[in-house]
Amino acid sequence: MSRFLVNRRRFLKVAGVAASAVPLSGCDALDGLLSGQSPARGIMASANTLTYRVQRMLIGADKLAPEFAASEVRQGQRPNGSTDPTDTDYLALQGKGFADYRLQVTGLVEKPLSFSLDEIRNMPARTQITRHDCVEGWSCIAKWSGVPLARLLDEAKVKPEARFVVFHCFDSMSLGLSGAVPYYESIDLIDARHPQTILAYGCNDQPLPVANGAPLRVRIERQLGYKMAKYIKSIELVSTLQPFGRGKGGFWEDLGYEWYGGI
Amino acid sequence: MTIVNEVEDMPMGQPETGRVIVRHGLATRITHWTWAVALFFLLLSGLQIFNAHPSLYIGNQSGFEFDNAILEIGAVRGDDGQPRGVTTVFGRSFTTTGVLGMSGVAENPSYRGFPAWATLPSYQDLSTGRVIHFFFAWFFVAAFLVWLVSSLINGHIRRDILPSLADVRALPQSLADHLRLRFHHDGRYNGLQKFAYAGVLLVVFPLIILTGLTMSPGMNAAWPWLLDVFGGRQTARTLHFLCMALLVLFFIVHIFMVFAAGPLNEMRSIVTGRYRTDAPLKENETLEQETRR
Repeated sequence: MSRFLVNRRRFLKVAGVAASAVPLSGCDALDGLLSGQSPARGIMASANTLTYRVQRMLIGADKLAPEFAASEVRQGQRPNGSTDPTDTDYLALQGKGFADYRLQVTGLVEKPLSFSLDEIRNMPARTQITRHDCVEGWSCIAKWSGVPLARLLDEAKVKPEARFVVFHCFDSMSLGLSGAVPYYESIDLIDARHPQTILAYGCNDQPLPVANGAPLRVRIERQLGYKMAKYIKSIELVSTLQPFGRGKGGFWEDLGYEWYGGI
Repeated sequence: MTIVNEVEDMPMGQPETGRVIVRHGLATRITHWTWAVALFFLLLSGLQIFNAHPSLYIGNQSGFEFDNAILEIGAVRGDDGQPRGVTTVFGRSFTTTGVLGMSGVAENPSYRGFPAWATLPSYQDLSTGRVIHFFFAWFFVAAFLVWLVSSLINGHIRRDILPSLADVRALPQSLADHLRLRFHHDGRYNGLQKFAYAGVLLVVFPLIILTGLTMSPGMNAAWPWLLDVFGGRQTARTLHFLCMALLVLFFIVHIFMVFAAGPLNEMRSIVTGRYRTDAPLKENETLEQETRR
């Protein structure tokens, strides 16, 4: 019993010291270590490469993302990011109901192509009810209709040295003081050729609304929402992501988000 | 348990202390400290990630046009025109100004789920929060696999963690002892300890790992059964949060018990493995008598 009393006294003393230290600490102590360009952040970010490799190993190229019953579509697709682009070339196309829109397929292809919206709508379509997961944490289920990206890639005949598909977009995103830059995104050819990867022109049985990326947005169902570029202007096949933006493969990637959005 | 030195030839007049035993194996100690560091960063970066959308739901999706939220943290402007932090749990709202929804200095409050002192980085930075979270998640999972395999092989789980029938029967006594802060330092876990450690190591740890994986759209394609097991991605996110809260609760009790049971001896045992037990029982004395003396 006497031993416990000693322990209790010691406990109160140590607890008191510990408690008095709490207001001094605070998580801003580590902020410098974690800021954008710090080496510590770079080391930690390399874990994402491990995640990418391991997930690619576990998932398999053609494993499908879960699809849902029509009864699970309980609300409109929640828009996020750009929802109403004001870029002049976009407004011009929008004014004519995208009648003059042409999707360009360029870069490392044997046959650069360009399609009108009608041509794309007349191709064999795929419709899927899937869950959209935002990097912020929320999810929303919607029905998407579009043309499989693999079909366009096959028509254009991708050259063997191509490794990525880059999506160039009409919408610009503000970067604060450094002005606005066009949105862009990129994926590897495994996801580009995945059966559920479609260029969607329909959402919940309606033409794709402007808020959700009209006239075309890509669905990449095994990754997060920011990978699924909206307002697509052109598709470019490339061997490296270096020349685009800050070289990280996408608008949000350039700001520190991981390129592989499967987690 | 290995006896390091028998303390039988004590000089006369010295108080009798117990034997020093090796209480914690190397794998237990290494994984303990890996978890301690990893969970610190996982908690604070996890709250940063949560702050990007400080609501929790039940089901596959988040209700924007219908209500399936069970927790919402935000700020509202009251009738007096003053903003205040509000936390809504199962439809009941509580004012949580200063901590949840609205925090920081009064002149320049920040409107965020958890306050700056509870997140890493302290400012809003989802991408860095995710970088920290996934980096330490790998260490957390690796330590768990090392602990699980080594503890299955060396018998740690069977011998020390899983409660026996005798432990269950002794629970009322164990509970009474704990309430009076009376502890037996015989180097073995009592029933309450076994239930606490088994709950954390064999239930909450696997749950928090699996619900974390369930939130990954990539893993949903690889292992779609995860969604069936946990009832959808948003339910998994809610369970992940709940597991976090249980671990924080465990941590508070864990630290309290370390101090209450003798911080130096407890600390030494989880660092070096060595632990001093109570004085050996005298002849004709039972543990029961000892505790009552």
